[in-house]
Amino acid sequence: MLEIKNLRAAIDGKEILKGINLSIKKGEVHAIMGPNGSGKSTLAQVLAGREEYEVLEGEVLFNGKNLLDMAPEDRAREGVFLAFQYPIEIPGVSNVNLLKTALNEIRKYRGEEQLDSMDFLNMIKSKMSLVEMPNDLLQRSVNEGFSGGEKKRNEIFQMAVLNPLLGILDETDSGLDIDALRIVASGVNKLRSADNSFIVVTHYQRLLDYIVPDFVHVLFNGQIIRSGDKTLAYELEEKGYDWVKEHFAEFAGKQG
Amino acid sequence: MSTTETNEIEKLANQEYKYGFVTDIETDSAPKGLNEDIIALISKKKNEPEWMLEYRLKAYRHWLKMEEPEWPNVTYVKPDFQDIIYYSAPKQRPKLNSLDEVDPELIKTFEKLGIPLDEQKVFAGVAVDAVFDSVSVATTYKAKLKEMGIIFCPMSEAIQEHPELVKKYLGSVVPYTDNFYAALNSAVFTDGSFAFIPKGVRCPMELSTYFRINASNTGQFERTLIVAEDSAYVSYLEGCTAPMRDENQLHAAVVELVTLDNAEIKYSTIQNWYAGDKTGKGGIYNFVTKRGLCKGVNSKISWTQVETGSAITWKYPSCVLQGDNSIGEFYSVAVTNNMQQADTGTKMIHIGHNTRSTIVSKGISAGVSNNTYRGLVRVGKKANNARNYSQCDSLLIGDKCGAHTFPYLEVNNPTAIIEHEATTSKIGEDQIFYLNQRGLSTEDAVNMIVNGYCKEVFRELPMEFAVEAQKLLSVSLEGSVG
Ligand SMILES: Nc1ncnc2c1ncn2[C@@H]1O[C@H](COP(=O)(O)OP(=O)(O)OP(=O)(O)O)[C@@H](O)[C@H]1O
Ligand SMILES: [Mg+2]
Repeated sequence: MLEIKNLRAAIDGKEILKGINLSIKKGEVHAIMGPNGSGKSTLAQVLAGREEYEVLEGEVLFNGKNLLDMAPEDRAREGVFLAFQYPIEIPGVSNVNLLKTALNEIRKYRGEEQLDSMDFLNMIKSKMSLVEMPNDLLQRSVNEGFSGGEKKRNEIFQMAVLNPLLGILDETDSGLDIDALRIVASGVNKLRSADNSFIVVTHYQRLLDYIVPDFVHVLFNGQIIRSGDKTLAYELEEKGYDWVKEHFAEFAGKQG
Repeated sequence: MSTTETNEIEKLANQEYKYGFVTDIETDSAPKGLNEDIIALISKKKNEPEWMLEYRLKAYRHWLKMEEPEWPNVTYVKPDFQDIIYYSAPKQRPKLNSLDEVDPELIKTFEKLGIPLDEQKVFAGVAVDAVFDSVSVATTYKAKLKEMGIIFCPMSEAIQEHPELVKKYLGSVVPYTDNFYAALNSAVFTDGSFAFIPKGVRCPMELSTYFRINASNTGQFERTLIVAEDSAYVSYLEGCTAPMRDENQLHAAVVELVTLDNAEIKYSTIQNWYAGDKTGKGGIYNFVTKRGLCKGVNSKISWTQVETGSAITWKYPSCVLQGDNSIGEFYSVAVTNNMQQADTGTKMIHIGHNTRSTIVSKGISAGVSNNTYRGLVRVGKKANNARNYSQCDSLLIGDKCGAHTFPYLEVNNPTAIIEHEATTSKIGEDQIFYLNQRGLSTEDAVNMIVNGYCKEVFRELPMEFAVEAQKLLSVSLEGSVG
């Protein structure tokens, strides 16, 4: 599904991603953890096609296609969805209007018919119940005046509607209260299938109790310095990043 | 209204468009230039009564003493008033020509707007009084309106058939002494619309006039007068399209609205005249005087405008709130792109007690254009408890355009409550990226953001107009990003 090879990327001349290698197969969930500023959001944004980032080196294949050559909207239409760490407000544009337009753009790209209003509304309703999305948030302007948690829930709701092949969740758990976390996580679980994959960026093991990952990676200073199964997350929680940093010294030494 | 009448109108409209926009209709034109003889000729051509000619001549003599205003924040080559043809009327049925004569760019524009050429402006259920150059060629729904006592006809007809009403109200809101272009208009106006809604009548449909500028070098001087008597209501739509032209064309209309006790007029405009090409060549000069007088108590006048066209726009739809408890509203979207210049806004003149006004202005500038909001809120000495709320937002697309806001406040009564909010924003890269990430192209993303930004104004427009306005906006902003 996704093949990242030696990806190096910079912003404003500063190298942030320093050679990422990651391979994700269909149906897998990969968690990415790592200290603040290590480059997790950068990786997510580079995959989604944010132009401010300069790709210095490397290759990203998405279902065999060169992702880095595509415009951000085409990546989205190919099935890449990013749930933003800081969702953007769009005043005056209702959530439902955005979703209808987005969905139809994606369908057009894939040569599918436009959804008529009835089918769209029915689909929206079922996705709303999936993440227990309040009706008024649907009609309100995209993220405008939403609470932190509402914004995060809205991202997952949008993901549910657009039904991507690869969902990248950038710290969706931060800002969600305990109940909301459970609801949103169970929504994600219901979306999981043999055909789609997820990258879940988080600081907390707690989320991974709900969304159980197949792999956990530790991103440190722009590199994945450790990968493992879900137990790695427990280990991290217990020992903290100092433990990883030591490991990194060792790792860097080996690379030396 | 009878179906035959509808058919007749449709046929007319269809025929007209079939021949494209730059038609070879033999025009019955006056020679270029302006003098008292030309004015007498216009008056004669229109079979006007003597008093009308007198009015025109008085306006002309006054105009001669006036100077073209310099204060708007626009620069242009002043029109040569002796190089303009002041009267041009289609002589007879147009001869057959093909669509090929129409500028392909223009056709593209209409295609993008989704308006089939041959039925562009005939919206279902909308009464159309099509102004073809200077003479109204068709008026619909007349019979039905007539039953209710509503008069909706070309101004030239009103002058002949309802002289007492025209005499009473023409110039009562915008006297010919008001300003340079109002004086010129009063001297040479050739047509326009007249609507009169009698006491207690709610006009059951939206009245609509579509103006088109056709013949080369003809300035258009429309004159519109709408009167709503006690407790009457009318919603009036004005929409304009003009073909591509290289020469600058002058358009100097005057619109007067009068509401008596408890009456309401809602006036909506979509203006998308030719703005000139990317280099600033061509385009319409739109110098308009629009003013409404809330004469009666509890009366209300509401202006909604979407301005996307013209090379230069210079326009301030205003409300004079004379009746106690009267309400004035101004909702505006003004878009400028490329080399366009717009200086637009409103005046709210509070005279009566407990008068209220609302101003919502959304300026959008792209390219190297200049967009100015200029608004005046004046509260007179005797206007107790006046209230005004103004919100002036500017949206910049790119970094070569300009947005300017000039709010003027003259408050002469201490009980007034005035609120003013102003914002200037740019479309954020992060907003565009967010929408890209949801599958929208950058162009669609910009349109979505801009439409969202204009929502407060669009929702004041009647449905079909709101849809057209949205499409227009995307056409005018095409290529402004990325
Ligand atoms: N425009 C910029 N110029 C220089 N450095 C930048 C710029 N934008 C981001 N950075 C830096 O890039 C690094 C990686 O940021 P990123 O947002 O990817 O971290 P993160 O791992 O997502 O952190 P967090 O856990 O706090 O969300 C940070 O040190 C940040 O300060
Ligand atoms: Mg981050």
